[in-house]
Amino acid sequence: MPLDNVVFWVFAPIAVAAAVAMLLTRHVIYAALFLVANFACIAVMYLLLDAAFLFAVQIIVYAGAIMVLFLFVIMLLGVDRIDVRSERLFLQRPLAIVLGIGFVVEVTAAIRAGVGLSTHAPEGFDQLQQAGNTQAVAAVLFRDYFFPFEATSILLIVAAIAAMVLAQRKVRAVTQAEIDAEVAAGQPSDVRTAS
Amino acid sequence: MRTPIAYFLLLAGVLFALGIVGVLVNRNALRIFMSVELQLNAVNLTLVAFARLRNDLGGQVLAFFSMVVAAAEVVVGLAIIVSIYRRRRSVDVDEVRELRW
Amino acid sequence: MVGHTAGALWVIPALPLAVSVVNLFVGKRLGRWSGIIATVAVAASFAVAVAVVLDLVSAPAEQRLEVQHLFDWIVSGGFAVGADLQLDALSATMILVITGVGSLIHLYAIGYMAQDPRRGRFFAYLNLFVFFMLMLVLAGNYLLLYLGWEGVGLCSYLLIGFWFDRVENAEAAKKAFITTRIGDTLMLVGLAVLVFRFGTLNFETIFGSAGSVLTRDAATVISLLLLAGAIGKSAQIPLHVWLPDAMAGPTPVSALIHAATMVTAGVYLVIRSHVLFELSGTALTVVLVIGVMTTLFAATCALAQYDIKRVLAYSTVSQLGYMFMAVGMRAYGVAMFFLVAHACYKALLFLGAGSVIHGMHDDQDLRRMGGLRRAMPITFVTMTIAALSQAGIPVLAGFYAKDALLEVAQRTDRTAVYVLGTVAAFLTALYLGRMLFLTFFGAARSDAAEHAHESPAIMWIPLAVLAVGAVGAGLAIQTSPEGTLSAFLEPVVGAVPLGEGMALAALITIAVIVAVAALALAWLVYGSGRVDPFALRERLEPMATAAERGWYVDRAYDVAIVQPLKAFARLTGDVVDTRIIDGAVNGVGGIVKRVAAGGRLVQTGAVRTYALVLFAGVVVVLGFIGVRA
Repeated sequence: MPLDNVVFWVFAPIAVAAAVAMLLTRHVIYAALFLVANFACIAVMYLLLDAAFLFAVQIIVYAGAIMVLFLFVIMLLGVDRIDVRSERLFLQRPLAIVLGIGFVVEVTAAIRAGVGLSTHAPEGFDQLQQAGNTQAVAAVLFRDYFFPFEATSILLIVAAIAAMVLAQRKVRAVTQAEIDAEVAAGQPSDVRTAS
Repeated sequence: MRTPIAYFLLLAGVLFALGIVGVLVNRNALRIFMSVELQLNAVNLTLVAFARLRNDLGGQVLAFFSMVVAAAEVVVGLAIIVSIYRRRRSVDVDEVRELRW
Repeated sequence: MVGHTAGALWVIPALPLAVSVVNLFVGKRLGRWSGIIATVAVAASFAVAVAVVLDLVSAPAEQRLEVQHLFDWIVSGGFAVGADLQLDALSATMILVITGVGSLIHLYAIGYMAQDPRRGRFFAYLNLFVFFMLMLVLAGNYLLLYLGWEGVGLCSYLLIGFWFDRVENAEAAKKAFITTRIGDTLMLVGLAVLVFRFGTLNFETIFGSAGSVLTRDAATVISLLLLAGAIGKSAQIPLHVWLPDAMAGPTPVSALIHAATMVTAGVYLVIRSHVLFELSGTALTVVLVIGVMTTLFAATCALAQYDIKRVLAYSTVSQLGYMFMAVGMRAYGVAMFFLVAHACYKALLFLGAGSVIHGMHDDQDLRRMGGLRRAMPITFVTMTIAALSQAGIPVLAGFYAKDALLEVAQRTDRTAVYVLGTVAAFLTALYLGRMLFLTFFGAARSDAAEHAHESPAIMWIPLAVLAVGAVGAGLAIQTSPEGTLSAFLEPVVGAVPLGEGMALAALITIAVIVAVAALALAWLVYGSGRVDPFALRERLEPMATAAERGWYVDRAYDVAIVQPLKAFARLTGDVVDTRIIDGAVNGVGGIVKRVAAGGRLVQTGAVRTYALVLFAGVVVVLGFIGVRA
């Protein structure tokens, strides 16, 4: 059996299982970790699709940066508590599941109609990547998509500034008595005296 | 024989559906956000699969951009969640219902 | 054509109108000057009227017509109505009466209303009335006439309800307006038919071509419709019910509007439209019949009234019946002279009654008067003259008027009319005698009567002047059906065809005997003290009360028409409007509210619900697309 098939049929179920586990677990930290596992499997999928560059980027950016950020925030907000299981909204869960299944059915039909369930990838891809996938991607990125590239860099700067502004703590002068009162009440004090 | 491309697309579809269900079912804002990330990944997978099918690296480049933007979005989104938490001491989205009848 | 003063025709109605406007705006601040300028306005109108009429008379009889076109009032397609003033013998007579008697009454009113703080408004309305009345009689077409017609109705309403703080006055004003409205509306239909048939409302055009345009039946219809208006305005049966109640207004109003002028508008209208009425013989017969019925009916009612003004009110209705009788017999000259004489003596009687009421400190009840001739000599003398004139004592104006009428009836072989007219004359003299004797003779029956006093000069001077008219009008103007006035009017109204009948001497003798006998009977019962009038009345019950209450016509109208209408109004107001219509409208509102109340539950505020619905929509849409493809 071809290696591709084996790899696919090993990692695809793992990816799905990780996603399902992410939904079902009651601890947020576990959910984040399951998501990391899912991302890793996706990265392998990229590899199978001759996208070596993206494989690396996926691991570095998604698993390595984004999820770490998530974990920071989870632990910052102290939300490592266990989530409540009851659902207050009427029919939310059953409908969500039904609609999800319906969605999958529709997508399957669309794929069958559009692509065909047994279409294989054409052979020509290797030619494009004579020098390697990264070089090929670079060639396309810095030539045809140069402008979006620059725009994206601006976007990143804006996002960083926005995050700093949004997460800023407000500073005001408080008396020691207020601080003592808050501490006594058990609330974490998020103010500090002005110096 | 390599795997048919359709299977990748199907995998992406299933992951996308799971992402949506996660958005709808969870009450914790962070878990909802993580489900959204799952959806984004499914879309990226679709893009790369089509790039392979159509012999066009543009799909991979678009997936790359998608990842970058997703990163920026996660940064801002988490900052928002943090500031909401500071006001309300909770990240339960069901509690945010001022626009109720 | 007439000479230099012709162009001044418009001044005659303009003067009272101008002063009326002045009084409307600044009358309150003018104090007693409001009355003075009002009187001067009408007197000046009278002077101008005299000048204009003299001018008219100076022309030969066939050319006595002056039309002044003021401006184009309505121009619409083929239909045009101008503001045309027409002066001919008929309108000349009317304007002299209106402004002449009117200025005397204005003078009287200055004294009568001296204590009233709202007299500015009073004189404004009074002048406005004179303006509208003048427009009515000077109109050269039916629409301008109708303008005046409605205007005098309005002023009558305003003046009857002048003391509006008392509810019965307001009710009386409403009754007058609504009752005449019935006639007015039918008259308007008549005008519409005229427009339909003739394409114009101009008098000259209509009367000139009526013979060739109208069939007898069409003329009958039009005449009867116009007659309906006249019946309302002149308080004939069946629309007479408003006039007795209209006595709620101040006495000068009763004198001017409900004796001398407005109520004669109906007579004027029929005379003016005589061409149409003659074309339909039936209409004239109807006029005659109504006249006879009204005369007798009202005379019986006048006999039983306790309120001095109500006696005079029913008397007016009765006398108007006489005028209608004359018109019904085509004796228009006789009718007009009757109108002139009636204006003099009836206005005098009303003003005198006002004087009596004034002296009695606002008590109008005959039962509480008595012996006033000693306290109010001038009033007594003048009122007696007027009463005798109306009763038909020879040489006085009323005698010539009534006698001419009965003579016409006799000479045109209308024996029934003659007999009934004579009976009515008897009743007339009887109730007048009753009024005189109860008021001025015998012992004073109340404190007010004991302490009565004469009115100030400004009030008895007009009485004196009118008395002169009541005495001398006949001798001056007309002593027989073919007299001066009839001749004067002939170019406009035609002559009355008279046959031969009883000798004049016989007629006069009968008339005098009737009048004297009635007065003697009245003296016996009410003046001499030999009979107790109140005991006599009790023996005549229940007819006496019935007569006093107008033979229950008011009650009949109330039961048959007013109450059902009120019930219907209550039905529409309380049931249809409140429950059905409001219910429907409120129901719609209620439905909206309930739908919204249900609908707003969609806004749960929970983001996840919205997301679910969003996703459901996506799935559905994708399904559609998939199925289509």
